[in-house]
Amino acid sequence: MLDYRVLPAGDTALVIEFGDRIDRELSTLVLSLAQALDAERIEGVVETVPTFRSLMVHYEPLVLAASSLIARIDAQVQKLGSSEILGHVWHLPVCYDPRFAIDLDEVAKRTSLSTQQVVERHSGPIYHVYMLGFLPGQAYMGEVAAELALDRLETPRTKIPAGSLAIASRMSCVFPLETPCGWHVIGRCPVPLWDPALGTSLLAPADQVRFVPVSMREYETLAARASQGVLRIEPVSEFVGAVA
Amino acid sequence: MTPALRIISPGLSTTIQDVGRSGFQRLGVSVSGALDPVSLHAANALAGNPGNTGALEALYVGPTFAIDTDDTRLAFAGADAVIEILHNADARGGEIIPTMQSVRVRRGQVIRVGSLKNGATLYIAVEGGFAVAPALGSVSTDSRGKMGGWQGRPLVEGDIIPLRRATATERDEYRIDDLDLAAPRRFRAVLGPQNDNFSDQEIERFFASEYTVSAGSNRMGMRLEGQAIRHVRGFNIVSDAIATGSIQVPGSGQPIVLLADHQTTGGYPKIATVISADLPALGRLPIGSRVSFAPITVEEAAAARRELCATVDGIAGKMVRLATPAAAVAARLLECNLISGVQDAAA
Repeated sequence: MLDYRVLPAGDTALVIEFGDRIDRELSTLVLSLAQALDAERIEGVVETVPTFRSLMVHYEPLVLAASSLIARIDAQVQKLGSSEILGHVWHLPVCYDPRFAIDLDEVAKRTSLSTQQVVERHSGPIYHVYMLGFLPGQAYMGEVAAELALDRLETPRTKIPAGSLAIASRMSCVFPLETPCGWHVIGRCPVPLWDPALGTSLLAPADQVRFVPVSMREYETLAARASQGVLRIEPVSEFVGAVA
Repeated sequence: MTPALRIISPGLSTTIQDVGRSGFQRLGVSVSGALDPVSLHAANALAGNPGNTGALEALYVGPTFAIDTDDTRLAFAGADAVIEILHNADARGGEIIPTMQSVRVRRGQVIRVGSLKNGATLYIAVEGGFAVAPALGSVSTDSRGKMGGWQGRPLVEGDIIPLRRATATERDEYRIDDLDLAAPRRFRAVLGPQNDNFSDQEIERFFASEYTVSAGSNRMGMRLEGQAIRHVRGFNIVSDAIATGSIQVPGSGQPIVLLADHQTTGGYPKIATVISADLPALGRLPIGSRVSFAPITVEEAAAARRELCATVDGIAGKMVRLATPAAAVAARLLECNLISGVQDAAA
């Protein structure tokens, strides 16, 4: 029997909470429920917003009463044991050159690793996209290797450039827009993650990401193509995960 | 020449807003939209537009702008303000009208909207709406996401905002006198989603307290000052999604009510959520106002939402033809206590 709670967030949203940790199993439950509810296209459901440990369902209470929606959600949760989550696998080029990686030295110093080791540890794992938030197209990806886990900066920077790759605790993000930021910046990604004209995000919850180190020269070539709007990046494969 | 409004002074913070863009929060896109959608609907009704058409939302101090089209119709709804219609940019004084009415204006005239009274928000609709491209189905400005509205940002001096229509429809002007925009005695809120992070005593204390809207408030959140609320298990939670109206309690214990431009996700416990029917009144509440909250159930909130929808649907029925006797206008201005100091200019 799955342990979950349904909590009201006012009269137009419900939170379906599976736990209070950042954890792949919880995330798989959240994302499979999101995909199941989205596929069901329930009249009166406005949108679903997955996060690390819970799913928010926005609804129109004058079309769909909270009690009816909760019954529909309960029915879907009961079926989660046999469901899968679908995503894409991406290889994202990232330049870890110190000209972009303004915190790389500091991260190396604080983790007692060389900068090369930091790059290897960061580009080694396949990351899971837990959720998008904070900025349009901004994916929270985990887990960063335990030996690279650092608290956020004591004083956040007032501005980091769009495309900055950064880490904090066990999470990594590429910031799609220029933004204030308290994370450790260790590189830059030339691929635009958010298309403001089309309103599309490259990454979606449940995707898998591997960071592929590129040289400054390769970065510049890719960035030039991106600025001309001709940089096309395709997923390398589909990803299918299952609820444990 | 493209019909347009030319911004001479943007006021404190003026953005284009409609009812916002929902459906993209899973991608990190904020909903945005009018802080006070009731007044937005009223302004649009007066201008002859569908209620959800994008209009200018002015906060605290209105803009000054010139009419760069043959003639057009404007409508103002929300807070009270002195609206001065000057014959040209150099005129020393002009006709003065109050808010909650439409007015026809012509090329070269300059519209000067003063400081807002009895409210934080004023909507300025133009007949036909602005010719700006929707982003994800909405023309609302999202300043953090840098999208929608005019170049994804608040207006600045020199902006030329194109209009969909070059001329106004031939018709009378209208006003609305009896739209109730007063704040409720207490804002109604549904407990949660993180009421578990607070003791019953603290929850009781929260609902019994009166708060002041502080100067740090903006379109993302209304910061309240007053009785600090303590958490039972610290103030950091693993991020979850945010609904508009949720009242989050950060480490300081001073609550913040999340408004239209709030981030899609966040990591502070939310003690309660203001119901959707009371969000327009909350959105128009100015800095310095006193607020308190009353707990209600989700079912009661749905009934209140139904009432709010009826109010919005009834706005068009409240419009009365403006007879335009100057005396009537002056009487209304006097009533609003708005014309001291500008009488000479109006003469």
